[in-house]
Amino acid sequence: MSSAQTKTEHGHTDHNYLNHGSGIWSWMTTLDHKRIGLMYFATVSTLFLIGGFFALGIRLHLAKFGATPLLEPDTYNKFMTFHGAIMVFMVIIPGIPAFLGNFVLPIQLGAKDVAFPRLNLASYYIFIAGAAIAASSMIFNQVDTGWTFYTPYSTAKTSNGVILLVLGAFTMGFSSILTGLNFIVTTHKLRAPGMTMDRIPLMIWALYSTSIIQILATPILAITLLLIGAEKTLGVGIFDPDLGGDPVLFQHFFWFYSHPAVYIMILPAMGVISELITAFSKKTIFGYRAIAYSSVAIAAVSFLVWGHHMFVSGQSTLAGLVFSIITMFVGVPTAIKLFNWISTMYRGTVTFEAPMLFALGFMFLFTIGGLTGVFLASTGMDVHFHDTYFVVAHFHYVMVGGTLMALMGGIFYWFPKMFGKMTSDLGGRISWVLIFTGFNVTFFPQFVLGAMGMPRRYFDYLPEYTNLNQISTVGSWLIGLGFLVGLITIIHGILKGEKASDNPWGAKTLEWQTSSPPPHENFTTTPTVTAGPYDFR
Amino acid sequence: MTSVSSSSEFHHQHHFKSADHQYASSKQGIWLFLCTEILMFGGLFVGYLIYHSLYPTVFKNGSETLDWKMGAVNTVVLLISSFTMAAAINYVQRGLHKIAAIMLALTIACAGAFMVIKYFEYSHKFHVGTVPGKFSLVDPSCAAGGKRAECESKISALLKNPAELEKNHVSAEEVTRLKAVISQPKWEMFYGFYFVMTGLHGVHVVAGAFLIFWVFIKTLRRKVGPEYYTPVEGVGLFWHVVDLVWIYLFPLLYLVG
Repeated sequence: MSSAQTKTEHGHTDHNYLNHGSGIWSWMTTLDHKRIGLMYFATVSTLFLIGGFFALGIRLHLAKFGATPLLEPDTYNKFMTFHGAIMVFMVIIPGIPAFLGNFVLPIQLGAKDVAFPRLNLASYYIFIAGAAIAASSMIFNQVDTGWTFYTPYSTAKTSNGVILLVLGAFTMGFSSILTGLNFIVTTHKLRAPGMTMDRIPLMIWALYSTSIIQILATPILAITLLLIGAEKTLGVGIFDPDLGGDPVLFQHFFWFYSHPAVYIMILPAMGVISELITAFSKKTIFGYRAIAYSSVAIAAVSFLVWGHHMFVSGQSTLAGLVFSIITMFVGVPTAIKLFNWISTMYRGTVTFEAPMLFALGFMFLFTIGGLTGVFLASTGMDVHFHDTYFVVAHFHYVMVGGTLMALMGGIFYWFPKMFGKMTSDLGGRISWVLIFTGFNVTFFPQFVLGAMGMPRRYFDYLPEYTNLNQISTVGSWLIGLGFLVGLITIIHGILKGEKASDNPWGAKTLEWQTSSPPPHENFTTTPTVTAGPYDFR
Repeated sequence: MTSVSSSSEFHHQHHFKSADHQYASSKQGIWLFLCTEILMFGGLFVGYLIYHSLYPTVFKNGSETLDWKMGAVNTVVLLISSFTMAAAINYVQRGLHKIAAIMLALTIACAGAFMVIKYFEYSHKFHVGTVPGKFSLVDPSCAAGGKRAECESKISALLKNPAELEKNHVSAEEVTRLKAVISQPKWEMFYGFYFVMTGLHGVHVVAGAFLIFWVFIKTLRRKVGPEYYTPVEGVGLFWHVVDLVWIYLFPLLYLVG
């Protein structure tokens, strides 16, 4: 208990942030970071269901080879585009930072709120506006470019729906920047007395590094997307080879954001995992500083590796070589984290509640994703694997196996704090088994398919790929079922969950030192911190 | 910025320890936001550098068709506006609301003047036909058909027609320059960058003018003063960045040939 000498009055559970104001209007206009976090939760979950619908559609279509397709080729391309764009821009990027981060960050710092609560609410509405603009492209003018909007197809050939999708992504980028800015200032300025930078929880270090990437990378995406819009409306030829522009410049610009964006997705997940591993090992984390600084190191390296998306774009051999080597550097801080987590569990009192299962799932899947990343970072192998299902499997292992596992683990872990109730542990475990199994059944065959040469993004394939594709499709249903069980468990928990104690997991970080759910201002008295965040023994 | 400490009685938001604390946090937030603005323009500057090195003649000839006098006047206008903005912050800090409001109004006037001059530059280019990218010098009636070569010859014909040129205020010298541009392959690139860069900057000028108007109202209503002037200073910083971007755009587009 030394992490915080709080004088929280635990009796005050009758008044908390959930009943601080009532009615839908009090939620819509709330400045409370916890409520804004939950609003993101609801929004992102809804978008996740839509993105998942497209994913199941794609997989169902691919279950059958040859004629009588479920989806027309054109429709298939649109499904693929919306699946990618929704999942990347609207689910995985905002998922952990905007939802869990918003909820947890100020409490973990011992602050009453984020530095700019009004800006925080504004970012939420900007996000909603962006999602609405992007979604309107589904109604008015569907897009078939893939979520990467590669030029010159996106600027010179396809429909004007791209403008809407791009504008939506631009707007959501704005929201991402403002959230990141808010987190950085909050971390710098609103730490509780005694909460020095080497005492902040690792979740905060992860969110802090993420915010730095958000601030530095998102503006480049913004200008890139604006340029696509300008090309389509005004005919500016910066990416259009007919006018002297260069489509490869688009790739440079796009990946200069979108590669760091991969770490916007995964760093917060790593933060969540650090919290889960310590809490369920009941042990001081091994190598606090190493984990903290490795987050910053990943953020720094993330800006230097975008060229590995362009090994076959015609860039020079030297550039390919340099990007290849720098890309492999990412493995170092990542491995540091992984080894530290394993060392933390070693001789710990490990228990396997649902959140911990998700954490272990993360470690397993992310390791596979990371190791196959080394294959793809090697220029020679990348030429073979380029644009095959190997790549698809790789980034799904990293982004879904990594981020969504951590997101689910984080939800089950912080659920008692959010709602003051427990979820059914059995429900969580069943959800985990289904997602974890389904995930491997879906994506492991895709490594094989990719190595056999099945190209990605195609709506049909050769007959020899049929079996593995069918296995993959069955796996996708298991994943869908797993998330459905997870959703039911969460809704059941909200409605009928048992009452949670203030610290059901026996964790040491500050959010567990206040009541569940926390009062409107997080703590009844500002906590004073006297030791590190994970002082178990 | 030293006078804040005397403001302990000023109301600050509940999650800050003091007004000083709130002020420092707000300022950090504004600076971080300005970093993103500079990075966004940075993308365009990088693109400009790349294409300038690929097509140096296009960018040289293109920049000669711009009216550097108008650009220079605009630079002076923006510099003056930065001065009046800085003065406004100073007067607000000293509690001189009236003169602060005058200074803010002057800043807005400068923003307006800038946009008016920009309007004349833009409309002239629309008349001549040097609009961005694939629509450049293309008669709208034949743009749909996509017969670009044919349309370009129409433009050459237009350039030969003195009456038409007279109407659009095109001098003989400008005709020579325009022809020099059109003679280069990929000449559309220059106007692409010109319109995107100045256009995005123009949007920022307009946004800045609205923000200044917002603090102008605050100043008139005495919502800001010696004890609390964060919005004025924040908007001022934004305005200085808008000015700064122009300070780079002007030589890059108008002078470096």
